Amino acid sequence: MTALFRTLYEGAFNIFEKPMRMLQYSLGAHRMAWVFLLPNLLIFGLFTYLPILLNIWYSTTGGDRILLGDRDWVGGDNFATLFDCGSYLDPNSCRRDLFWRAVHNTGWFVVLQVGFMILLSLIAALILNRTIPLKGFFRAVFFYPVLLSPVVVALIWKWILQRNGVLNAGMDWAGMGTVNWLLDPSWAFFWIVFVSIWANMGFYVLILLAGLQAIPGDVYEAAEMDGTPAWRRLVRITLPLLTPTLLVVMVLSLIRAVQAFDEIYVLTGGGPGSATTLLIQYIYDVGFATRPRQFGLAAAASLVMAGVLLVLTLLQLAATRKRAEEG
Amino acid sequence: MAEVELRGIVKDYGAVRVVHGVDLTIEDGIFCVFVGPSGCGKSTLLRMIAGLEEISGGDLMIGGTRVNEQRAAERGLAMVFQTYALYPHMSVRQNLAFGLENIRMPKAEIAARVTEAARMLQLEPYLDRRPRALSGGQRQRVAIGRAVVREPKVFLFDEPLSNLDAELRVSMRGEIAGLHRRIGNTMIYVTHDQVEAMTMADKIVVLRDGRIEQAGAPIELYNRPANTFVAGFIGSPRMNFMPCTVTGRNETGITLQDAQGRVLQAAVDGRTVAEGEEVELGIRPEHLHPDPEGYPVTVENVEQLGGESYLYTRTETGIALTAHLSGQTTLARGSRTHLVIRPDFAHVFRKDTTALPRLRLGELENVM
Amino acid sequence: MLRFLTQRRGRDRLDMTDWIAFGFLGLGVFLMLGPVLWLTLSSFKTEAALQEYPPKLLPLAPQFVEVEGFETALQRFQIVSGEHAGRELAQVRRVGLNAQMIDPANPDERLNVHINDREAVRAVQVETENYTGLFTRFNFLRYFWNSTFITVVATVLTVLFNSMAAFALAKYRFTGRNTVFLLIIATLMIPPTVTLVPLFLVVSQMGLINSPWAVIWPAIATPTGVFLLRQYMLTIPDDLLDAARMDNASEWRVYWKVVLPLSAPALAVLIIFSVMWRWNEFLWPLIVLNRSEVFTLQLALNSFQGELQTAWSSLLAMTVLTLLPITLVFAFLQKFITQGIAQSGVK
Repeated sequence: MTALFRTLYEGAFNIFEKPMRMLQYSLGAHRMAWVFLLPNLLIFGLFTYLPILLNIWYSTTGGDRILLGDRDWVGGDNFATLFDCGSYLDPNSCRRDLFWRAVHNTGWFVVLQVGFMILLSLIAALILNRTIPLKGFFRAVFFYPVLLSPVVVALIWKWILQRNGVLNAGMDWAGMGTVNWLLDPSWAFFWIVFVSIWANMGFYVLILLAGLQAIPGDVYEAAEMDGTPAWRRLVRITLPLLTPTLLVVMVLSLIRAVQAFDEIYVLTGGGPGSATTLLIQYIYDVGFATRPRQFGLAAAASLVMAGVLLVLTLLQLAATRKRAEEG
Repeated sequence: MAEVELRGIVKDYGAVRVVHGVDLTIEDGIFCVFVGPSGCGKSTLLRMIAGLEEISGGDLMIGGTRVNEQRAAERGLAMVFQTYALYPHMSVRQNLAFGLENIRMPKAEIAARVTEAARMLQLEPYLDRRPRALSGGQRQRVAIGRAVVREPKVFLFDEPLSNLDAELRVSMRGEIAGLHRRIGNTMIYVTHDQVEAMTMADKIVVLRDGRIEQAGAPIELYNRPANTFVAGFIGSPRMNFMPCTVTGRNETGITLQDAQGRVLQAAVDGRTVAEGEEVELGIRPEHLHPDPEGYPVTVENVEQLGGESYLYTRTETGIALTAHLSGQTTLARGSRTHLVIRPDFAHVFRKDTTALPRLRLGELENVM
Repeated sequence: MLRFLTQRRGRDRLDMTDWIAFGFLGLGVFLMLGPVLWLTLSSFKTEAALQEYPPKLLPLAPQFVEVEGFETALQRFQIVSGEHAGRELAQVRRVGLNAQMIDPANPDERLNVHINDREAVRAVQVETENYTGLFTRFNFLRYFWNSTFITVVATVLTVLFNSMAAFALAKYRFTGRNTVFLLIIATLMIPPTVTLVPLFLVVSQMGLINSPWAVIWPAIATPTGVFLLRQYMLTIPDDLLDAARMDNASEWRVYWKVVLPLSAPALAVLIIFSVMWRWNEFLWPLIVLNRSEVFTLQLALNSFQGELQTAWSSLLAMTVLTLLPITLVFAFLQKFITQGIAQSGVK
């Protein structure tokens, strides 16, 4: 196995060595930096920067044709359509009511998912930071769902939540009667929040735990010598010292929550009705899943979301810098 | 084997010039040491010779050929780095062989050279170890071995001993000097430690702020420092300085007066100074001796090392004088004594810091 | 009350706070592992056992018996109370609260039994057909191969391209370096989810729709990977590279023979990330892979659950096989993965 890897590694080296050496002789060693950068930059250019420019074109043109030349200029019509509402607080009053439904759903989803997830992650991290037996095992258990694919996560829970599933059996056994979990709008929304916390929480536990472990132990020893009560240690020492990490975790989870799609799409398909349709699903539905394809609307919605993400990412950079500074 | 010649070498980083037109000839086969405080440009100069830094101006000649545009590897040099720069993922043997494999040398010859270098540097027992498993001194020897196997025209050393403890440093100093005697190649060695420079060099180049302050044989620099910087840098503890005024000149030397009007003699060529000119008198600690005839001082601190003693004293005008005495002393802190400054040990520097030529060298009196 | 959250060092005996902590952890373990274990257990049940309500924990399957004169096998019941208590009968049909049953040994005699008087006869029956069927009746290997191909190729290219860029950014000084670095890091702000439409155009114009390369190409340059590797490479001393250059190594050789091997820890982290990203990826493949023969496992699972209303037995088995590789990797590299993620702060 190692020998095979070694042979492959050597082989790959030999394939590139000669052309790269020729390049170095003709360009000069200091220009090799650009050769090393080239593949990455090409891919970023083609698949990230070009699309972001094209997105602007799509958002200002209409029709169901994908080719740029086939599309008619409509100016800000797509945005106007998305934002044409009687009241932004009431999705039913909007022309694209599904878009505003998705915006509302995403807003609620982000608030609930991020809020509860951070609270639970923090509690778990604080507990795991204590000297407890089987610490590694517990940490691994909390982290394990993070590695599972969203589709698998959704199917695991779909199996539990289905009408004849084990949860309803438990409800029956407890005498509470069964619920059709994923067909009731409120319950369905509860479960997408729950499942998404279930699937992602371990990651944040890990980051918070690393943040807690970076707090020097002598601070606690000093506090103990001062006779600081436990709750005061948490509020006045642990949390303030953890704030930079908490900020990073918060912004990271916000960015990811805004983009939530995979597990929700498989679990509920956005339903019942549009009760669990989030922004990305709106874009997917409008642009790819329904005919005629409305690329313009999808692109306009994407740009709206890109704006939100931009703000969140700038927040993240600020938070990361703060964490780095405080150290 | 090759002579290295620098002609007006300049290095700019953007708008900042860090090396200002260095002219220097390093003769074939000598051990040349670049010495100076940190930031003086000595490492930059070495890296330009090595080909690791681009030369902004001037000509670099190795063995009579201009090599400015040649790549590092083409110049036929080998370098030992301060951090050793051993490849941590390769065994000692692979470390030694890596450079030879790169030029596609036949396997048998590589093996022969590695064996030879390992024998010479007593590395045979460690050939299959990783650098991590070696002591500091062993790593240093591997780094040297990696240079040796290349059989370079010139060896370059960039502060190779600064990561070793004091004892090991002394013994590695001996080993590197021994290596030079055995293989006789030109070696260029950078250090900030003047003791290393004095003990190893055939030729010392003292650098400051990207300029050569003085170049010459170690004893020459010690005996005839060209300016106050070299005088202060070479020798430990550093030379004492005392401001004086020139009051008289003749063919055996000049007469000076200190701030309190005490008269002192110095055996230097006074032709280029005028009477009444302000100068700086320099005297090395090892050339100050207690003597009733001497200069009155108060002892502020005494360090007794058994075989030698250091007196830290201050004159009535507040000038600090350090004396280095051989043997032991009964002088205690706070006591008063007299230190004699002999004319043929005195250095005199003009206000522009340049030295007046010494007429007699007291250092040579008792040379055996 | 909050004491259990702050106490750092253990004492000799367990107090209240420890019990609360363990209560939380115990609930956590149950919630985190329970669903996966339940799925795995269920995947070994027969379709009949899966349809049963309330479900049983173990793969206990109802038992049937062939009786002369009946075309289909009849389910076996143990009679626990009433007139026929103690006998084992087979059910012919159920009528309201009563079941019409016969004794297999004496098939002519019909007996009426109240349904509460009988209990189904069960036996542990591990249904491996759920799994073998994936290979015989479904194109499981095809999907598995598609996923593996995308994951392996994309990961190799990710590691190669990102480490090359990281090397250039960490070890060369050239004008424009900071700009390039910013351009790469800025792509963090442009996740593929916000450029789906134009990305689709680019990929379709390249003729890649329904090809694994449609998933691979856009994914292999990652800001995370470049950043991670660059930070690591900054810690490799420049002297080492200079030494290699003095040793006559070309820049490519310096990169391949010195820098790459020394970056192994960071490369390993990136490999794990990349494998996870590609193996689990869903939205983009959903858009560009439309024909079932190019489906990845994730897409196959999704389409499977959509079209087959009740084929849970195969679906569960397929889900288990999909989560198995990642689970195995995690089981062996748990410590390494958690450390790598905690240190780099990315996922």
